[in-house]
Amino acid sequence: MLEIKNLHARIAEDGTEILRGVDLTVKPGEVHAIMGPNGSGKSTLSYILAGKEDYEVTEGDILFNGESILEMAPEERASAGVFLAFQYPIEIPGVATMTFLKSAMNAQRKARGEEELSTPEFMRRVKDKAGELQVTMDMLKRPLNVGFSGGEKKRAEILQMALLEPSLCVLDETDSGLDIDALRVVAEGVNKLRSPERSTVVITHYQRLLDHIVPDVVHVLSKGRIVKTGGKELALELEKNGYAEFVGAAA
Amino acid sequence: MPAVQETIDRVRSIDVDQYKYGFFTDIESDKAPKGLNEDIIRFISAKKEEPEWMLEWRLDAYRRWLTMTEPTWARVEYPPIDFNDIYYYSAPKTAAGPKSLDEVDPELLATYEKLGIPLREQEILAGVEPKNRVAVDAVFDSVSVVTTFKEELKKAGVIFCSISEAMREHPELVRKYLGTVVPVTDNFYATLNSAVFTDGSFVYVPEGVRCPMELSTYFRINEQNTGQFERTLIIADKGAYVSYLEGCTAPQRDENQLHAAVVELIALDDAEIKYSTVQNWYPGDSEGKGGIYNFVTKRGDCRGKNSKISWTQVETGSAITWKYPSCILRGDNSRGEFYSIAVSNGCQQIDSGTKMMHLGKNTSSRIISKGISAGRSQNTYRGLVSAHRKASNARNFTQCDSLLIGQDCGAHTVPYIESKNATAVFEHEATTSKISDDQMFYCQQRGLSGEEAVALIVNGFVKDVIQQLPMEFAVEAQKLISISLEGSVG
Repeated sequence: MLEIKNLHARIAEDGTEILRGVDLTVKPGEVHAIMGPNGSGKSTLSYILAGKEDYEVTEGDILFNGESILEMAPEERASAGVFLAFQYPIEIPGVATMTFLKSAMNAQRKARGEEELSTPEFMRRVKDKAGELQVTMDMLKRPLNVGFSGGEKKRAEILQMALLEPSLCVLDETDSGLDIDALRVVAEGVNKLRSPERSTVVITHYQRLLDHIVPDVVHVLSKGRIVKTGGKELALELEKNGYAEFVGAAA
Repeated sequence: MPAVQETIDRVRSIDVDQYKYGFFTDIESDKAPKGLNEDIIRFISAKKEEPEWMLEWRLDAYRRWLTMTEPTWARVEYPPIDFNDIYYYSAPKTAAGPKSLDEVDPELLATYEKLGIPLREQEILAGVEPKNRVAVDAVFDSVSVVTTFKEELKKAGVIFCSISEAMREHPELVRKYLGTVVPVTDNFYATLNSAVFTDGSFVYVPEGVRCPMELSTYFRINEQNTGQFERTLIIADKGAYVSYLEGCTAPQRDENQLHAAVVELIALDDAEIKYSTVQNWYPGDSEGKGGIYNFVTKRGDCRGKNSKISWTQVETGSAITWKYPSCILRGDNSRGEFYSIAVSNGCQQIDSGTKMMHLGKNTSSRIISKGISAGRSQNTYRGLVSAHRKASNARNFTQCDSLLIGQDCGAHTVPYIESKNATAVFEHEATTSKISDDQMFYCQQRGLSGEEAVALIVNGFVKDVIQQLPMEFAVEAQKLISISLEGSVG
């Protein structure tokens, strides 16, 4: 599904090197967690997967379903099945959440050469998924992310993910800003999407999200490199001992 | 919702940098010699078979105009205009006052068809009324070529015709109201218009009548080096209601062309006039060559108590726009509204806004202005809200929002507030924002292309104003805005 090979990347504007040779392979159906201290390059990795222009890949490659996506525009990657749930979802004033959802779904369908969804079909799908994520009709009518609480923003992200049905889900610090109840709703939403054809990369700072979304593999990212890989017990170990050991190891 | 998708389709379907209405109709026309003098004015007046008082009115205006100088206070730059290098009258030869559509030159009908303007009154099939019927007055260069649905409007008592025809058929109404809102001496371009105006629309809605359909005028400048000086006069008598829309296009040319119109609205007691504009004159090419100079005076007079005048404008065209649709809130409890979307791209310059002059008691006004600048354009909102000494309890709410796309454009807000009455309450809010890279990336991550993302964000930005447009035109306006902004990203 996803193969990251010796990926080096820097900030385009000032040349600061962030990723220093990341190797990662995620097979279909697997959930991988990437943990690490602040500044280790976790969010950068997610942005680079999605194609943000602020970064420059200087070495290595990213293969998605066997093909390099480095030359693809963000919208092409999206239509190919890459979804990024943002740590800080962006506000789009004046655009109702519902309108945004429909525009995004139809844009992707069109890019793949599929028919646009009819309005009743679209409504049916939204209603189904919104109910599961406790997203109300009122929220769907409000402009996307404008005035949303932390929990509402994250639920809206997962709703988009559920409707767009990506094959690779990247969750960037989805637990930040969530209380324990909101965390449970969001995690359940993510778990419902687990399937043998879909891979998930969960980026997080804390173990608590992984109590709810149980990973198959846990990686520790430090100073732009994956320094340790293990099973779900690795996350518990990190929770207990902190990242100090790995920060030292990478240096 | 569907509009967004249609907008995108439309943007996709046309080439970048192509003004859709830039074609020219090859039709023989009857022109006055180039230049401006009293003989030209006599020529225009004679062509229109005007009464003597009208000619005198024009000549007075012309003599006054000779003593005036062009205004320079607007934030726009252009080389001096040679007023003697313009044709002041041009009419398609075959169009001199056709009585019915069958008499209209097929070449002209084809032109309007190409522009998407329905001139054929839809036939009523088996008792099924077509949904959105709109009566159209089509003005081609200096003359009105046809007005539709006249008979049906007549049944309701509504007069809708060209102003030339009104001068002949209803001189008492024209004489009573013409120049009473925008006086002959008002400003340089309004005075010029008073001297040389050629055609435009006239609407009179009698007491207590709610006009049974949308009225609209479609202005087309076709001939080269021709100025269009239209004059529109709309009167809503006591308790009447009318909704009117104007649309404008012109061929793509390298020279600049002048359009100096005057629009006067009069609302008597309890009357309401809703005036909408979708202005899409040729804006010039991306280097700023060619395009229309749109120097327009539009003013409404809420003359009666409880009257209401509402201006809605979507401005996407013209090289230079200089336009301030205003309301005089004379009657007690009268209300004025101004909703505007001004889009500038390429090298366009816009200096537009409104004036709300509160004279009567308990008058209220509302201004919502949305400016969108892209390319190397400059977009200025200039507005005045004033309360007269006697305007107790005057209320105004103003909101001016500007959206910038790219690095090289400018947005400016110049609000003037003058209050001579201590009970007046005026509120002003203004914001300036930019479509951020983060917003673009977020939308693209969800699968929208750069242009689709801009269209979506801009549609969100202008939503408050689009909602004010008559339904039939709201979708059209959204499409137009997206087309105007194409090529502004990436």
